[in-house]
Amino acid sequence: MSKVRLLVGTRKGAFILTADGARKDWAVAGPFFAGWEVFHVKGSPADPDRIYASQSSSWFGQVIQRSDDGGQSWHAVGNQFLYDGVPGTHQWYDGTPHPWEFKRVWHIEPSLTSPDTVYAGVEDAALFRSTDGGHSWQELSGLRKHGSGPAWQPGAGGMCLHSVLLDPTNSQRIFIAISAAGAFRSDDGGESWLPINRGLHSAQLPDPDAEVGHCVHHLAMHRARPNTLFMQKHWDVMRSDNAGDSWHEISGNLPTDFGFVIDVHAHEPETLYVVPIKSDAEHFPVDGQLRVYRTRSGGNDWQPLTRGLPQSNCYVNVLRDAMTVDSLDSCGVYFGTTGGQIYGSPDAGETWSALVRDLPAVLSVEAQTLP
Amino acid sequence: MTVAIRVELPSGLCALAGVAREVVVHVRGPATQRSLLDALEADFPMLRGTIRDAVSQRRRPFLRFFACEQDLSHCAPDEPLPKPVVDGTELFIVVGAIAGG
Repeated sequence: MSKVRLLVGTRKGAFILTADGARKDWAVAGPFFAGWEVFHVKGSPADPDRIYASQSSSWFGQVIQRSDDGGQSWHAVGNQFLYDGVPGTHQWYDGTPHPWEFKRVWHIEPSLTSPDTVYAGVEDAALFRSTDGGHSWQELSGLRKHGSGPAWQPGAGGMCLHSVLLDPTNSQRIFIAISAAGAFRSDDGGESWLPINRGLHSAQLPDPDAEVGHCVHHLAMHRARPNTLFMQKHWDVMRSDNAGDSWHEISGNLPTDFGFVIDVHAHEPETLYVVPIKSDAEHFPVDGQLRVYRTRSGGNDWQPLTRGLPQSNCYVNVLRDAMTVDSLDSCGVYFGTTGGQIYGSPDAGETWSALVRDLPAVLSVEAQTLP
Repeated sequence: MTVAIRVELPSGLCALAGVAREVVVHVRGPATQRSLLDALEADFPMLRGTIRDAVSQRRRPFLRFFACEQDLSHCAPDEPLPKPVVDGTELFIVVGAIAGG
């Protein structure tokens, strides 16, 4: 019988939740790396027992952990993330130039085909790749040297590269997103990059339609349709049907189009999930009601999903890497909150329950569907 | 000449290195902050970059070095360590700043 493994990163360590295909009873293991911030934990599609974790600390810096046995044991691998050449400056919050400084790894994206190849999106924004299982890291510096880097600026969480999507039909195509620079695409394996932000509109910019500077919060893609991308921007939920060449808004009837997460049903490429958050100042659900919104038509027409979710006095946030889906026949949907709850739905969002309630603030959730 | 120096690590690094609070590090030649930390990192490679920046070799800003009730954080890296540290009667203590969290 299939089973599901959830890899959870929190402010104070990592946790692994496992359940059989019924997804009713969950075992919780952890904390791993207790006391450290774990921004992201993700397994290799080519070998699900190979898992990478980004462990960081204001005191001790960055560590990358690797497991070769499905998270039962871990060992530290390489933690040197050196920018290629002199990295120069980006904009600080006040618009003045500020030197590029490595702070942490936000997102880990293992290759679709090789367990030893893995990408790391970091703050200050850059993309690194390892081809030796995480022992050494090289910057794909064509992104940072695209020419627009001096115009990039940090969002409230820092200037992070938080989304990495690998095209399953084209090994040379990579999509990434940076807060606050925007989305970029490479068609040559990461050597050169193109900003793909046409159609985005951000009132926080001097030119709201600028080529770069947009605060993209997260990108999502369905494996069967890699030219269709979905985006939760600072404000606005967006869609592209031409690999990012242009975007149009699909916020439709959402109660607010601010939010962080966005994800796609495992088997229905037009079924999307978001968690609307009231505003950029009020990082909690509207009216204290935690609601996932689902569209089954690719956007605009959204329905609230509430069964099993708190509908009063709920003031948590759901951060950008904290939603995921499994690929069982009845698609499971999961998300974690800054209040430490992991909510799961085994029926594509119809019903929800808290799989665990009192973890540290959740930074990321990734699902692995195992045989 | 090799000396055995007792080093106390903060709990976050003990867990990372899989060691108890105190470790003994054998240092060859002059015992300085640099030679001590080089030897510590050689014994425990997972600590590289967590106490000193891996490139600049500067102490990470939220860490301090104490010994003999003195703050050695701002001593030059090649300055000799205090005698009680070198002869093993006092600990070289790596301390995380009191910075909340």
